[in-house]
Amino acid sequence: MNKIEIQNLNLFYGTFQALIDVNIAIEEKMITALIGPSGCGKSTLLRCLNRMNDLIDGVRITGKILVDGSNIYDAKTDLIELRKKVGMVFQRPNPFPLSIFDNIAYGPRTHGLKNRNELEEIVENALSRVHLWDALKDKLDRFALNLSLEQQQRLCIARLIAVTPDVVLMDEPCSALDPVATGKIEELMYELKRHYTILIVTHNMQQAARVSDRTGFMLLGKLMEYGETGQVFTSPKEKKTEEYITGRYG
Amino acid sequence: MCFYRGSMNDGFPPTLEVQGRPSFFRGKHAGMTQDGVRRPTLTTMRKIREFLIEKIILLDGFACILFVLLIFFFLAKDGLALFKTFSLAGFFFGTLWNPLAEPPQFGIVPLLLGSLWVTLGATIISVPLGLACAIFIGEIAPRWLREILKAGVELLAAIPSIVIGFIGMTMLAPVVKIIFHLPTGLTALSGSIALAFMAIPTIVSIMEDAITAVPRNYKEGSLALGATHWQTIYRVIIPAASSGIVASIMLGIGRVIGETMAVMMITGNASVIPKSIFEPVRTMTATIAAEMGETVRGSEHYFSLFAVGLVLFAITFAINFVADMALHRKRK
Repeated sequence: MNKIEIQNLNLFYGTFQALIDVNIAIEEKMITALIGPSGCGKSTLLRCLNRMNDLIDGVRITGKILVDGSNIYDAKTDLIELRKKVGMVFQRPNPFPLSIFDNIAYGPRTHGLKNRNELEEIVENALSRVHLWDALKDKLDRFALNLSLEQQQRLCIARLIAVTPDVVLMDEPCSALDPVATGKIEELMYELKRHYTILIVTHNMQQAARVSDRTGFMLLGKLMEYGETGQVFTSPKEKKTEEYITGRYG
Repeated sequence: MCFYRGSMNDGFPPTLEVQGRPSFFRGKHAGMTQDGVRRPTLTTMRKIREFLIEKIILLDGFACILFVLLIFFFLAKDGLALFKTFSLAGFFFGTLWNPLAEPPQFGIVPLLLGSLWVTLGATIISVPLGLACAIFIGEIAPRWLREILKAGVELLAAIPSIVIGFIGMTMLAPVVKIIFHLPTGLTALSGSIALAFMAIPTIVSIMEDAITAVPRNYKEGSLALGATHWQTIYRVIIPAASSGIVASIMLGIGRVIGETMAVMMITGNASVIPKSIFEPVRTMTATIAAEMGETVRGSEHYFSLFAVGLVLFAITFAINFVADMALHRKRK
């Protein structure tokens, strides 16, 4: 079943066209990876899905993105509801300069939850989901920026889980982490797949091959190829895809 | 992140630059040109120059500290001389400042309270205004408006205090008098309002720097969780900028408490203990400025003004110290 459908999406930064006629259907509860060289538009595409591109001056978008069948670029879309449903994990872990507890509770509090018991329950669930609860349950009042980068990234994922999204967008979530930490975050993604539709942008082709079910290859703003990960990596249909995967450029 | 195609050059090996550097930067060839000829004089000259420049900078640094220490020393020397003839308790707890009385009274309490009232009033007025202005400039205003506003705030900082005093005296005081039905408009309140406008540029520019320095990814993280812009501002950006915000307020207060000319013109200059902000007061600074000309060098009155200066110095030092602590605070 398709969770997200992107139809004829074009994006312009001023006069520069960053995305050119992108069409893609993202399936529910799968991990979809977007790969491609720097500047190909993969992060831009990802940021279209929760409308983070709205923050940048001079961005113009045409086309449609349907999430659960409704166009998120419709004038009547509630941005807050959209971002609750479509959450994002960033390239550099970005916990807020608050305590661990306040970080996780941030989303629920923002959306109006005040009951301390319920908040505690949410924090415990979210931290358990990312396997941080045992390590941090006695340190919830500690300052979040003192955690290791891997723990910070887990915390950011937990912070997202606390607002119960359907879709999780990950923008190179492991690029600031070492290989061991990367492996652990990848395991986590694999577990999270049962509950969430995950889209990941990555520079790391091995990572895409390891974790994803579907892979899209982008080049200069176009989606060149999209299909099952195994197929894209072993028998790509496009010449350019093959060249990129085999490391001829990138 | 791949916003722009220009970033395709990221990660381009920077090692090429090394080859362009002059040969004396490469350790083992020091003092040699590429054809192997020794040029010791060049290197020695360079070393001497480096040495001299470093020492001059060092000296400059120490000179600054030395000047502060010297100022403090002379202030303390003359200030403490008062207590040879006048009691410490009489100075700090005395409620009357009347150097011309017989015997003269040097009670600092009215002056201290005068400064306190004016400073407190100015702080209460300037902090909310400054915070709102800084948030607007740093977070909300579109870019073109931001530049105009920043220039405006800096212009406000450039107004000489005597001009603010002048305007306060001729325009503000009459208005205060009419609005609050007072016998005179030259009150602590008028001084507070005028000084608030002198503190605002300091507060706004430092606060705005602190707000803009908050990493962009905090803001994005908050918005991506479905927070509104305002929720993001008050729940993430302001806490993240809190140390800079505290520092800006302290520096604003430091500016207000040390201000002399404007307060002297606006606050009515009555060295009595004020019962409310609607009464004339006299600050420590205004007292020193007004009376210094009439004193005889080396007299008790002369020393008393230095003692007031010493108290003022201690207060501003403490404020700056707190601001500095806030600015460099490390989170546990």
